[in-house]
Formats: sequence, C-alpha cells, structure tokens
Amino acid sequence: MFTSTPYDMHHRLPDLPENTDWPRLVDGYRHMTLIRTFDKKAVNLQRTGKLGTYASCLGAEAIATAGGMALQDDDVFVPYYRDHATQYLRGVPLHLILQYWGGDERGNAFPADTPAARDLPNCVPIASQLTQAAGIATKAKLDHAKAAVLATCGDGATSRGDFHEALNVAGVWQLPLVVMVNNNQWAISVPRSLQTASDTIAQKAVAAGIEGFQVDGNDLPALLEAVDYALDKARHGKGATLIEAVSYRLSDHTTADDAGRYRKASDLHAAWQREPVARLRQALADAGHWDAEQETQWLAECQQRVDTAVETYLNQPPQAPTDMLDYLYAELPEALKPQRQRLLQQQPGDHHA
Amino acid sequence: MHSAQPHPDTSVPLNLLEAVNQALRHAMEADENVVILGEDIATNGGVFRATEGLKETFGFRRVMDTPLAENLIAGLAVGMASQGLKPVAEIQFMGFIYAALEQLISHAARLRNRTRGRLSCPLVIRAPFGGGIHAPEHHSESTEALFAHIPGLRVVIPSSPARAYGLLRAAIACPDPVLFLEPKRLYRLQRLPVELDDDPLPLDRSFTLRAGEDVSLISWGAMIHEALAAAEQLAAEGIKAEVIDVASLNPLDRDTLIATASKTGRVVIVHEAPLNGGFSAEIAATLASDALMHLLAPIERVTGYDCPMPYFAMEQHYMPSVERIVAAAKETLKY
Repeated sequence: MFTSTPYDMHHRLPDLPENTDWPRLVDGYRHMTLIRTFDKKAVNLQRTGKLGTYASCLGAEAIATAGGMALQDDDVFVPYYRDHATQYLRGVPLHLILQYWGGDERGNAFPADTPAARDLPNCVPIASQLTQAAGIATKAKLDHAKAAVLATCGDGATSRGDFHEALNVAGVWQLPLVVMVNNNQWAISVPRSLQTASDTIAQKAVAAGIEGFQVDGNDLPALLEAVDYALDKARHGKGATLIEAVSYRLSDHTTADDAGRYRKASDLHAAWQREPVARLRQALADAGHWDAEQETQWLAECQQRVDTAVETYLNQPPQAPTDMLDYLYAELPEALKPQRQRLLQQQPGDHHA
Repeated sequence: MHSAQPHPDTSVPLNLLEAVNQALRHAMEADENVVILGEDIATNGGVFRATEGLKETFGFRRVMDTPLAENLIAGLAVGMASQGLKPVAEIQFMGFIYAALEQLISHAARLRNRTRGRLSCPLVIRAPFGGGIHAPEHHSESTEALFAHIPGLRVVIPSSPARAYGLLRAAIACPDPVLFLEPKRLYRLQRLPVELDDDPLPLDRSFTLRAGEDVSLISWGAMIHEALAAAEQLAAEGIKAEVIDVASLNPLDRDTLIATASKTGRVVIVHEAPLNGGFSAEIAATLASDALMHLLAPIERVTGYDCPMPYFAMEQHYMPSVERIVAAAKETLKY
C-alpha cells in the first residue's frame, strides 16, 4: 500500500471518502481535544510552580493519538516524551502523567490492569529507547506473539546511533517494530536542516533494508491508516517500518525553552494554519459528523476531566523519602541499610541547612 | 534456588572459561527465559569460546549473534529484560563496553527505581577484562571502578572457576542488572574442582580465601592470584596474611572488610586498575571511617599506574606484581 510511493507524503484530509470510519475519527478528535486541553493546563501548572519542566505536545496531538488508537492491548508502546495522548489511550490516567512531570517517579507506575502495564516510561536520553524497543520486539518474535512494538522519537533522535542501530537490527532480524518519528522540524533550537542532509527521514529506512514512508503528521486519518498498516504488518511477521510523521512543534521545546530566540513568528503562524485539531474538526464538520453544539459540550467535558485530574494530582500524598532506595534493587542490599537508616532520621529540610 | 535433583556431574575439574560455559548452559536449561546475545557468540561460540556449543543445544532463537554494536547489544538486553526475559549479553572485551554505558547507567540501573517496581531489568552483561594475555590495544583494561559507582548496577568479579560458576548462576538468577567481569588472564590458567549445583553463591559477599592475623591483602579478579602468592611468600617469612576476595564491588560487603582490618590492623589493597579514583579508594575510605581505631599502619594500595593500560610490550611493568604486594605488606609491618 505505502510502498508504491515511499517518500511522497501521505495525506487524507480534507477530502475524506464516503466509506471513512467516521465514529473512529470522531473518537480520535475527542482524544486530541482532550489532550490539548490537558496540555494547556499542564503548561499553566508549570508557570504557577505546580509542575516541573514539562514537554508540551502542542502540534503532536494527531501523531500521539493515532499511535494510541492503533495499538492493541498485547502490543508494547515505547515513547519518547511528547506522547501524552498515546499514554493516556494506553490507560495511564492524566493525573499520573502530571505526577511524572511533577517530579515524582510514581507517575511511571502505570496501572497493572491496563495495556500500559508493560509499556516503557518516558525516555529522556534521546533515541536510547529505540534499541530497547528492538529488544522488546525481539521478545515478541521469540514468543511468536501476534504483537508489535511502536516506538516514537523526534527528528533530532535520527542523528543518533541508536536510531540507526535499532532500524538495522530490525531489518536483519525482521522484527515486529514500528518506529514513528515525529519530525516536528526542531530539536530544541536546531532545525531539521541541520540534523541531516537527506531529503527525508523516511528514506533512512532504505539503508536498514526496511520499509519507510512519510505521512502528514497533522492528518489523523492518514496517520491512522499508516500506523494501522505498519503495526498490522509487524504483527503478521512481515517486518519493521519507519514512519516519518511530518508536523510542526507549535510549542517551545519544553517550558524551560523560549522558541522566540530561534523560530520565526511567520513560520509559526504558517504552521498554525495546518495544525491537526482544527483541520480534523473542519473535515468532520464539513462531512456532517461534528457540530458547534457537540464542540461546546465536549470542550466543557474536557475541562472537567482535566480539572479532576489536576485535583487528584495535587492531592497525592508525598512519597516516603526511603522510596529512593527501596525500589533500586529487588531487595535492599545490606550495604544500603545504614544509608536507609540515615535517610529515615533525616528531618525534612535538612538539605537546606 | 534449591533443586531436588542436582546435576549428576557435580564437582568436576573446570577452568574459568569452562565454568562460565557450564553456568550459561545450566542457567538456560533451568529457565527458558534465559537468552544470550552478543558478537560472535552463536556459530563461533565466542572469541574465547565461552558460549561454545550453546547454539547447537538451544538454537539461534536463544543464542543470538548480534550486529556489531555494543550500544545495541545493551539496549536490546534492556528491552528484553523489561519484558521478563533474562538476557545474558556478552561484550567481547571490556575495552568496547563504553558504547553501552548510557544503556547501563541511564536505563538498566534505573528502570526498577524509576517505575517504582512496575518494570525491572534482570540482565547480565558479561565482559572479559584485565591484562596479562598479550592482547591487542584496548583489550586489557580494568575499568571496574566506573561501574561500581553506578547505584542499581551490581558489579561482580569471580576469581576462580568455582566462583565463576556460582556467581554467574547467581547473577543470572538475580532480579537486578549485573555487570559480570571475567578476568580473562584466568580463563585457561588452571582446572579446579567446581561444584555444578543449583546453589548460587551470594552476590554481595566478599570471600575470605586465606585466614591470617598479621596483615590483610584485599583484592579481586586475577590479582587474587598475586595476592595469594604474596601470602605464601610472607608465610615463608613467618608473616600470616589474610586474603580477601571482594568479588562484589557493588553492593560492597563492608562488614567483611571492616572485620579483617579490625583483626589484622594492617591492610594492603591490590588492583590492576590505575590508582587515582580506583576502587581501593572506596575500601580505604570505608576502613578509615569504620576501622580507624583498629588500624596499626597506613593503608597501602598496590595498583596499576595512572596511565592507560600499556600495549602488551610493557604490560608486565604496569601490572602489580607479587614482589610489590609483599613489599607493601612489609611496609605496613614497620608500624
């Protein structure tokens, strides 16, 4: 399907065919708006000192939503760190996502009764999750499981060895792995043009002997088709796929960044004209599957869900300081017991003295 | 890990390499989640032959030749371990392990902690280390102190075939990530009796190899042999040396070290690695803090020099010798 035009960007919007799975797209639209509401709130929480440095997903809503919707329960998701929508769709409650960005590792303790239970947590060291994803895909292959691994990264990650090493082994071992690059044009301040001289990121799949293609990262129907296809192919033992989802980072890199230092206002303005949420809303409205009343009701519902999540997050009891030692080994080694004792005796605020 | 039926061929003479091979074989027989991966390990049986015969028994499914990328090997192992496999990855020589550092430090050692126990990383990375076999450049390093500094990463070093077997079985059974450093100078040094049972050795204990009252010789890996030889020489002069094999650099069995220092009052710490920031510093600091009142002499450290491991023409000048250890022990006895 995609192999015929590997490096032509795949679009579906705005002209969706009659036989489109409209309920699925409406679902997808709802997830995207929920996560955008969440994202806005998370940035505000950081600005008011109630959250740590946070990586916004503004502009990445369609990519992360498509991943979350296309994954099946037995698949494994290996994120980078702008995948809040995927994590939410895998069963991670919004308050846990906040807890993670609030500096609390308990936010990585995903609920055991959800598909997220075996997913990896966010990966901060760029691209290092990709070789791990290949390892997880190897297990799926050894198990003869009808399961696939979806790993994500940004365009900056494609400059690292891990990216190429993961694709390389996925080709050699025919792994059930899908690597989806969110090419949002920026790695903090460094533009895509300074990461690689290749015409596309997708073409890097050629060197690994796997399939690769570009898809419009602001186009949920196109993304769903692409990720469905690649995951299905992986589950059926037909090998790995590299998907380059072309988007634009509408946010700063994180709340600690100021993109105004390096990004032209006109570029940002142009990118907003193609942003994924409004585009899908327009297409759904044009086809008669979404209207202003639904929009108002749903946005109110999103706000309420986010507010509830924030309340739950802010009301979490503090962790025991000994947690920093107690989860390091399966059992606390003798050698660490005196340190644990000292930690227990240490009064809160000792470290400020 | 008690087995009702121990392997029938218990206590056979094996060299350290054969002991590693048997530990891998028995661990793979005991647990089908144990898989091994690395460069040249399947068809070739490993460049030292540590994995010889395993592909024939367990197949390519569980014995995987990887592409030549150490970072990839470590990343694959982390991913596999996160999903319940027990990968044992071989890094061909310790000098090539540095590409895998990010996976070991930022992921393997942290996964359980940062997911609050949701995921864990029960992998073993095996790597031959140390000098003395006239190997090419970058094949003779001893950088164990780098790894002992990483919380959550166990660092285990056998010094005999029996401990290679018992500690490797324990490392594979361990739910935590383990760096298992094999002193390659000992690989084929001698065959000694090895008990091939399912009772793994403890992973965070030092071993007292020789008891004595006058001075403590503390070491690990291949240098244990120099320490034991030094103890023999000292005995000929009427000096009774105690020899401690640290075996686990992290977590460190401080109690055994404090006990020996308290008993003899004189301590010589021996390692191949350079002096500056060497693991002997951690031991010396521990003893200075917790055994000070028992010490009768300054702690001596007999180590490599603060230079890169020389290419083999000069490695014998670099490596701590029996003579240097004996001299250091006598130095402590002047007090």
